[in-house]
Amino acid sequence: MLLEKLSNASGVSGNEKEIRQVIKDEVTPLVDEVSTDSMGNLFAVKKGSDSGLKVMLAAHMDEVGLFIDFVEGSGFVRFKKIGGLDDRILLSKKVYIGENKTPGVIGLKPIHFGNKGSVVGSDDMFIDVGASAKDDKLAKAGDTATFATKLVQSGDILRGKAFDDRAGCGVIIELLKNSYPFTLVGVFTVQEELGMRGARIAAYAVNPDFAFTLEGTTAGDTPTKRDVSPSTNMGAGPAITIMDRSFISDKRLVNLLTDTAKRDNIPYQFKRTVTGGTDSGAIHLQQGGIPSVTVAVPVRYIHSPVSLMNINDFNNAVVLMDKTLQRVPEI
Amino acid sequence: MELKELLKELTDVSGVSGHEYEAAQVTVKLIEPFSDEVSVDKLGSAIALKRGDQIGENRKKVLLAAHLDEIGLMVTKIEDGGFLRITNVGGTDVTILPGQSVTVLGKEKLKGVVGAKPPHLQEPGESGRPVQMDDLYVDTGRKKEELTDIIEVGALVRIESEFTELSNGFISAMAMDDRAGVAVLVETLRRLKERKHEWDVYAIATAQEEVSGLGAITTAFHIQPDVAIAIDVTFGDGPGMPERRVSPLGKGPAIGLGPNFHPKITQKLSDLASEYELTHQIEVDPYPGGTDAYSLQVSREGVPSGLVSIPLRNMHSTVETLKLDDVKRCAELLSIFISRLDSKFQEDLKCF
Repeated sequence: MLLEKLSNASGVSGNEKEIRQVIKDEVTPLVDEVSTDSMGNLFAVKKGSDSGLKVMLAAHMDEVGLFIDFVEGSGFVRFKKIGGLDDRILLSKKVYIGENKTPGVIGLKPIHFGNKGSVVGSDDMFIDVGASAKDDKLAKAGDTATFATKLVQSGDILRGKAFDDRAGCGVIIELLKNSYPFTLVGVFTVQEELGMRGARIAAYAVNPDFAFTLEGTTAGDTPTKRDVSPSTNMGAGPAITIMDRSFISDKRLVNLLTDTAKRDNIPYQFKRTVTGGTDSGAIHLQQGGIPSVTVAVPVRYIHSPVSLMNINDFNNAVVLMDKTLQRVPEI
Repeated sequence: MELKELLKELTDVSGVSGHEYEAAQVTVKLIEPFSDEVSVDKLGSAIALKRGDQIGENRKKVLLAAHLDEIGLMVTKIEDGGFLRITNVGGTDVTILPGQSVTVLGKEKLKGVVGAKPPHLQEPGESGRPVQMDDLYVDTGRKKEELTDIIEVGALVRIESEFTELSNGFISAMAMDDRAGVAVLVETLRRLKERKHEWDVYAIATAQEEVSGLGAITTAFHIQPDVAIAIDVTFGDGPGMPERRVSPLGKGPAIGLGPNFHPKITQKLSDLASEYELTHQIEVDPYPGGTDAYSLQVSREGVPSGLVSIPLRNMHSTVETLKLDDVKRCAELLSIFISRLDSKFQEDLKCF
């Protein structure tokens, strides 16, 4: 299964090597050109008729994770967080470190040693790889670590890591199987979680007429203490962003998406929080300005070792995007 | 079967306290080849008997106890959205729960997660507040109406964790506390096939140690052993752990010393370990409790009891980590101890 390969692969921001290779293998048979740039963004170009129109699809390959900054003489491994991670989700999780995928566990002081009145900070945590001395082969400063989570499907529900944004990567790969009457550039970006670093230079280089960012976004339809509208609902269709912290969507693209969804009876929703940002935030500012919009698959518990996604939302995102792309020349 | 595979089989199955059935079945399967009789008693403990070479009516018995149960969660309420509110079974550490994969043991086994709210949706300052059980829930991704035929209030939840081999013979898994001890039971009986012993050996994988010590109480009452040894895990070393409270991994089994243990059993275990040049350590424990030895010592008119522990890091978490060598040495020490049991040693146990 495509999503399984994408979800299980490691690719912490700044070290997207493994996921890039997985995606490269998937898209190479589908497109005319595959290339990479100086930061590691991956481009898959599918040429259309000579209309001159160019549309960019962007999804980030990178995921939140850990960055090894020090190994103790005793062999215990210390780390910094990459991307927005809550310290409280880290204890007692399994990780893979570095290119050798050294298995390690984030240890803790047992509950028997007293009431934990305060949150253990990530700077006080350690990874145990089974070493009793520093051993570069197992872990060294500069390595990244991902959560050792494997995708499992149960009915319509997928449980796995990094759906933010391997879901978006998957949508683009599915779309690259189709042909459109314009040039389509699929861009798999790096370092989104560090501030949309990759998308910025990618959009500059591609210089498209329109851009769509495909995401895995927060589904907030989970128990809360305050009565607020959830960010998105899992199972209610792809979520279209009108505005977030990083940009305001191009109204023509939003209208094209919603009009297409209504015409073809594809479920959709709007994202109802304005927190967070996506690659669109970097893309829409490039060159003289690039009209952009973000379409996302709702995912519960992003930025954690394990999240949930409804496969129907993913499939509907592919359909909505396909039908909408066919109509982009109408704009 | 190699010890590593044995540990994997034992830790892959669920045995949340009070519902050890699955773990008991696996234990019986694994220990049967080295036993004369196996059974599961009416409260869920698995019992294996390996007879010794003694002849006659008044048979001497040594009981080995390692607990079968593990900590876990229980469903207390099904919210309208299908979210399952939970409570702990045994000493489950709430700080490890957010972002954990779980299996809900309903009529079907349902995969789920303990939901962790992403930073994007948190209130200011929320990430600085310790997690409380009341904030948490299990999410299977299914709606309430899809769950009604599968899950009821009271359903148990096993916290998942894949058996993982780290470097240098370190192994990490859920429920090492105390399946590692159960593995020692199997491994000890296996070694006793090669080593002559006079006494009958009862190897018990006890139910409900984490909540009440029930399995040890009831099986010791029934079997009436002459000597009993509990096999459990103890606190290993690691960052932030106080040196005076830990038994480092790789330094061998920790022999219990303190009022909960018969001094002559402690001495004998330690003497034999030295005689056979087995790496071992002494763990001092000033108070009775925390292991099956607590119940064994005061069973009926009293049973001289001892404790051998396997050093374990991250106790009561999903990444309970130990060193294989320590488990191996623990089984070796116990098989030597059992082969050296005789009536003289037993008589000495009442002489102070």
